Amino acid sequence: MTSAETPHAGRYPAGSAAFPHRGLLGIAGLAPHEILFLLDEAEQWVGLNRQPKKRADRLAGLTIINAFFENSTRTLLSFEIAGKRLGADVVNMAVAQSSVKKGETLIDTAMTLNAMHADAIVIRHGSSGAVRLIADKVDCPVLNAGDGQHEHPTQALLDALTIRHAVRPRNGGEIGGLTVVICGDILHSRVARSNILCLTSLGADVRVCAPPALMPTGIERMNVTPFHDFDAALEGADVVMMLRLQQERMQGQFIPSPREYRHLYGLTLDRLAKARPDALVMHPGPMNRGVEIDSNVADLIGRSHITRQVEMGVAMRMACLDVLTRTARGMEGWVMAENGR
Amino acid sequence: MSVAPPLTIINGLLVLPHGAPRPGALRSEDGRIVALGDVAPESGDRVIDARGALIAPGLVDFGVFAIDKPAFHFGGITRAALMPDQSPPLDRPSSVRFAAQSGKPDFWVHPMAAATRGLEGAELAEIALMRQAGARAVATGRHWIGDSGTMLRLLRYAAMLDLVVVSHAEDEGLAGAAVATAGEMATRLGLPSAPAEAEALAVARDIALAEMAGARLHLRQVTTAAGLALVRAAKARGLAVTAGITPAHFMLSDIAVSDFRTFARLSPPLRAEADRQAVLAALADGTIDVIGSGHDPRGPEDKRLPFADAEPGMAGAETLLPLTLTLVRDGVIDITRAFDLLAASPARLLGVTAGVLAEGAEADIAVIEPERPWIVDSNKMAASAGNTPFDRQPVQGRVIALFKGAAPVGSGAA
Repeated sequence: MTSAETPHAGRYPAGSAAFPHRGLLGIAGLAPHEILFLLDEAEQWVGLNRQPKKRADRLAGLTIINAFFENSTRTLLSFEIAGKRLGADVVNMAVAQSSVKKGETLIDTAMTLNAMHADAIVIRHGSSGAVRLIADKVDCPVLNAGDGQHEHPTQALLDALTIRHAVRPRNGGEIGGLTVVICGDILHSRVARSNILCLTSLGADVRVCAPPALMPTGIERMNVTPFHDFDAALEGADVVMMLRLQQERMQGQFIPSPREYRHLYGLTLDRLAKARPDALVMHPGPMNRGVEIDSNVADLIGRSHITRQVEMGVAMRMACLDVLTRTARGMEGWVMAENGR
Repeated sequence: MSVAPPLTIINGLLVLPHGAPRPGALRSEDGRIVALGDVAPESGDRVIDARGALIAPGLVDFGVFAIDKPAFHFGGITRAALMPDQSPPLDRPSSVRFAAQSGKPDFWVHPMAAATRGLEGAELAEIALMRQAGARAVATGRHWIGDSGTMLRLLRYAAMLDLVVVSHAEDEGLAGAAVATAGEMATRLGLPSAPAEAEALAVARDIALAEMAGARLHLRQVTTAAGLALVRAAKARGLAVTAGITPAHFMLSDIAVSDFRTFARLSPPLRAEADRQAVLAALADGTIDVIGSGHDPRGPEDKRLPFADAEPGMAGAETLLPLTLTLVRDGVIDITRAFDLLAASPARLLGVTAGVLAEGAEADIAVIEPERPWIVDSNKMAASAGNTPFDRQPVQGRVIALFKGAAPVGSGAA
């Protein structure tokens, strides 16, 4: 093996022992060193993606199917670019989610995808647990690109990679010990759940902030501190992660109006001043400018890392696709995961 | 229906309404029990040697969603009260009459009339005509009646007809589209959830209205500490309020839904461990009156789906008896009370003479080896579908012979 293929040889157990999972269904179940392994693997692709010629042939000949049962623009694009930059044949399948008998379609679709001998399948679905249901029915690695309100693991990994790059000048890229505020619709957010699991696993102090109706019961059992008062939550924060206000779910139901939401939970320049002077601003996108985040904060040079998150997303997904196909590619030391997941 | 020849079951332990099981025999003629205790077979009798097993009343399963005879017979169940949630709903005399005949001769179905047309919770159905057609209770179905005015009219009407009203106690304003109980598990899995208090709210209202109406109210499943406390208090005030449960809620907590196991998707959803403990206490102190299977076999088209999209329900008929016997082994209840919960008490609610071993009663008899071990296997169920949350679980207690009106039914395990 060349050093380019194993850039961190020696820091992790050899071969598949570094990441003994068949797919990536969630952050839950990953050990901290496995998360760090994926982050380290992504570093090489951050470098490649900044070159004019952004092409590797590691996955040449492999077929990756992006099966998106829920609308997506940026995540789908990010996975597609990631696969193509690694030389794989990438096929996108946008499945309109019908309201009736969608489950029947789901299992049938899984069988169909499996019969096409994909080498990896990336799935997004509107129901929690749906990706796992498909993963149990197919023979190749499955990557969860978001399932209902459950998990969105590559988003959490790319957020961690973004934070690590941003704090590198300050502390060498250590996430442990940072105070991270996640603010918005925690109840409905798979991004929040995956980020909570990922960041707490890496030792960060995570605060979640939402109005009571958008705060899930028992969230404190996930080792986070809940806040209803955004100003209090921001006190001394190193990272401020804003979630999209899902207006289609909210009107008259959880929050009286977008402007009322902004009044309590909008990230303004004044509010940001309560955090550390060098606090990072993040948002998984797409943003509602003027609602959960003001434009002058979203575009704040040196502080807003929102476009950097998109950049890291491609590298992170390249790393995941690379690592998860190593067994199938016959890479030395990579064997079938025993746990089947 | 031909009448079974005389039957004598000897050498067993008789489970009678009072006192510990005692050695003895049972003899029946013309499908009815004629003697209990120190009885000898007469010439021409079919003689069954129980070899020390329990001679118990056939179970009366209160609140099933399907008539699934093989599963009922496996589980020692000879009668069931059928929920009106059929397709179409049991909201007309003709469908009730058909359902009442649908199990005979070897299984008796006691239909519950739909409280409202189409089970929509709005207009009262023809309850008196359905009573005449064989309905033994009135039920709100899988859902609560949200409109308090409708519920009060229903309770008053049912009280006049002396029918028990069977309610599903979940406040739908809170429960909404929830598929889990709010708490750590639902939060980690990202499942739509409702606070457990949705039950207590519904229980409190139903009890208040039943008291106003002077009606008999049966809450088919009370699964939370707060709901059970309200039932306990109502009973202490002397109200005709009863409560039921299924084994799922005394055996399992919401930890069972981890891994998105849709066989554990139930309605009401599984609760926190503290609520499960409260259910055990309520079984011990008599607050809970009935244990039913909630039998609702569901195939892959309903269950092999993402958790929130799957239909609720479990195939429970086969595991009803062994899981209830778990309570006896754990010292929560004694064997006599177990059969009160499983047979006598549901029969009383329905107003049918069944569920106890008594002279003159229909000879619905289960011969049971209470310690016999077996393993639940969702792939090898007698039920029409294997959706049990107890898959792979070792249990004890098996029916070795079953008689409906003294005629042998099912294959039994013997």
